[in-house]
Amino acid sequence: MDDWLIAIIKVVCIWVWVLLIAVVMTWVERRGAGMMQDRPGPNRAGPFGLFQPIADGIKLFTKEEIIPLKAQKYLYILGPLLFSLPAFSAYAVVPFGDKIILGGKEIILQVSDVNIGFLFILAIGSMAVYGVILGGWGSTNKYSILGGLRSTAQMVSYEVPLGLALLAVVFVYGTFSLREISLAQQGTFLGILPNWGIFKQPLGFILFIVASYAEANRVPFDLPEAESEIVAGYHTEYGSMRLGLYLFGEYVNLVTISGVIVALYFGSWHIPYIDLGAYLGPVLWGIVSFCIFFLKVSFFLWLFVWVRWTLPRFRYDQVMGLGWRALIPLALFNIFITALFIQLTV
Amino acid sequence: MDLKKRVEECLGPENLIVAMTECQGDLSVEVPKRSILDVMHLLRDTPDLSFNFLSDLLGMDNLDLYKAKKKPKKKAEGEAVEEEEPKEKGPLPPRFEVVYLLLCLERNERLQVKVRVPEDDMEVDSLNSMWKASDWPEREVFDMYGIRFKGHPNLKRLLMWDEFPAHPLRKDYPLEGQGEERHLVYEE
Amino acid sequence: MNQATSQIGQEQELGELVTINIGPSHPSMHGTLRIITLTDGESIVKADPEIGYLHRGVEKLGESLTYHQFIPITDRLNYCSAIPNNVSYEMAVEKLMGIEVPEKAQLIRVIMMELARIADHQVCIGILGVDLGAFTPFFYLIIQREEIYEIFEWFNGARLTNTFGRIGGVDADLPDDFEERWEELKPNVRKANDETEKLLTHNRIWMDRTIGVSAFSAEDALNWGFTGPCLRACGVKRDLRKDEPYCMYDRFNFEVPVGKNGDVFDRYIVRMIEMEQSLRIIDQAYKLYKEMPADAPLMARVPKVIKPPAGEVYSALESPNGELGFFVKSDGSANPYRIRIRPPCYMVFQAFHDLVQGEMVADLIACLSSLNVIAGELDR
Repeated sequence: MDDWLIAIIKVVCIWVWVLLIAVVMTWVERRGAGMMQDRPGPNRAGPFGLFQPIADGIKLFTKEEIIPLKAQKYLYILGPLLFSLPAFSAYAVVPFGDKIILGGKEIILQVSDVNIGFLFILAIGSMAVYGVILGGWGSTNKYSILGGLRSTAQMVSYEVPLGLALLAVVFVYGTFSLREISLAQQGTFLGILPNWGIFKQPLGFILFIVASYAEANRVPFDLPEAESEIVAGYHTEYGSMRLGLYLFGEYVNLVTISGVIVALYFGSWHIPYIDLGAYLGPVLWGIVSFCIFFLKVSFFLWLFVWVRWTLPRFRYDQVMGLGWRALIPLALFNIFITALFIQLTV
Repeated sequence: MDLKKRVEECLGPENLIVAMTECQGDLSVEVPKRSILDVMHLLRDTPDLSFNFLSDLLGMDNLDLYKAKKKPKKKAEGEAVEEEEPKEKGPLPPRFEVVYLLLCLERNERLQVKVRVPEDDMEVDSLNSMWKASDWPEREVFDMYGIRFKGHPNLKRLLMWDEFPAHPLRKDYPLEGQGEERHLVYEE
Repeated sequence: MNQATSQIGQEQELGELVTINIGPSHPSMHGTLRIITLTDGESIVKADPEIGYLHRGVEKLGESLTYHQFIPITDRLNYCSAIPNNVSYEMAVEKLMGIEVPEKAQLIRVIMMELARIADHQVCIGILGVDLGAFTPFFYLIIQREEIYEIFEWFNGARLTNTFGRIGGVDADLPDDFEERWEELKPNVRKANDETEKLLTHNRIWMDRTIGVSAFSAEDALNWGFTGPCLRACGVKRDLRKDEPYCMYDRFNFEVPVGKNGDVFDRYIVRMIEMEQSLRIIDQAYKLYKEMPADAPLMARVPKVIKPPAGEVYSALESPNGELGFFVKSDGSANPYRIRIRPPCYMVFQAFHDLVQGEMVADLIACLSSLNVIAGELDR
């Protein structure tokens, strides 16, 4: 098979797979909420409410598309697109397994292994901010503008500690490519600790997780959508499939972020202490590595849901204070310590 | 000392007591309308009384009480009496009343202070300078009865909409209302 | 349209101030009230509350009904806890007529009122959590509130607006299985409160959101006529159950929690502690109740048609929100001449501008939730 055909198949597979996860995440979120709140959650549409996402999808698809009279039409339509498409595109550089050998050809389980790796993700992720601001501004509604402004400020502010934490990762591994970082997380160091990023960069891990919660607009940083304060923030005036794109884009964002966290800090597709790739055959290893990666991603997705239904949300000035006054100095400190460490041990 | 005696000692010398009644343990003092602020200051500042908490403020319309008083007279005379204007029978007590409910926090004593408001002079001094708690109750009395409070910073209607033409809690306002509607004008 | 908005609109033209209109229909679940806020960026310059959207003319209605017929209407005042409203009105009429309520009826009243107090505080704290983003404690508390509703329903058929009691006492005895229900409810309520405390009280985010928000001094609170948890949070130890005891409250042993700063956190803590104290009171009341003979009277001797002697009284009790008082004036006929309801959250809400001035918009929501403003009581 030609390479381009393989690439297309990978793109399609990944697109469908991420979409599926996002869809299932809506179900997980609601059932998880019910579980934590001592109530059933959706249980009518199919067994255990499993068809609830389908029902939601049908509802969103078949609703009437309304554009408010005073809205700026093109900005209004462009907003959701700019928000959700980057979320999908960012997943192109995240590995979802090691390689698989099919028909004599070695195929890596990653859409494309560019050497700028997560820099690409950061860049594409910044485009999502445009989606929020265009959505808020284009709605021409006081609450939407307020929500859009808040969200934009929050997302832009937290990109800094995100990037700084990732910079420290570059120091440790010497490369931006997510695949190479994943490969480097095999084995152990110091005798007992696995080579996972979380042990080499504990502070970086915490910074990255906090900053990514803020980037994803999830509780405790979800004040752009704080329902009781400003109705629904930047997507107040959206309905039907455009709202669907916003909500979907959020979940896809979560999947991407979880993928990046697992790839960088949680050992990607490796299991600690056992090198499965050496024992299993190439095809089986491809499938197993994919499953391991997916399991780890699910853990982080569940963590997002868990935190959402546990913590209250921050106030706007507290969010900004945390980002600028706490996370950025810590991130700089992290870089400094990492550089010092590397200098001393090399 | 008994509360009644203490109030008499405080307000009596200045001729500020018009009447004093007691009902089931609740003491009520009627004071002249023009001196309500002085009375309140005396009640609050006299260490013997120190009524430092304004619990509530309400208005009352005594129109029906006067109508009811006339009925037994007609029956006693035994003959059909033509409709007479109440004014011709001699001056009736003022129609409206404002009742202030005071509380002394330290001694847990309550006192009702009343002020009668005649229909032709419906203005009372506002207590807003003493207790901010009188803010909304006075607005409500104005809304419901039409009694104005002099010195209130924001005397607008509270429960009814601003352009409502009548005062609903008056006795001559029917329970079903008089058909006022609110016409909303949407600006284009 | 409205003088308030036009006034604020004029101010808005003078600077870069933005008018935000919160309400009357708002996802913040507080009833129909409207707050017209003038903000400078995120901080509040002026907050003008506007009420009257739920005004039903209850006081005027009372003048055309009989004394008995007014009891169901008092349910709908503070609809989160209807029983203290009923009892307060009944106590006012009983005071006017000089009726002495038998002890067994008083104990039943105490038990029911304290259950209603727990229910009200559960809703208030749950909604405070929801408004600040903590969705889960709401469910833990509401599930226990459903159990309290079950007891109310078993008592006289209504869950929310129980027309509880009659003038002169109580209409029915406690249900036979009250003891089992109570023994089952008590640890569950305690557990739900514990879970809520674990999630919220020492949570750093919760403390950041609530400590110092809309702090109010005790003198200001007294000047504005505050009563109830909002006053106790400011540091004033004032509780009508202790200061002017009614319904045998002087026989029970319970604490009155007092806060320090009068901020949202203090109001939340005061309500949590009051729930625990209510559980203690119900225990003691039920013990006294069990010692009463089974055929003790539930109602005093009250004529069929209630015609109190002419006069006017004011009687108040400590409802979950504060001092709920009824001023009843009778002219000797079967209809009340004037009924005035002193709503506790009326006095609290009029100080709203002072409470939130200088705070941020998000704090406004937190403050509004913590005051437990119930539109039915505000507007009557």
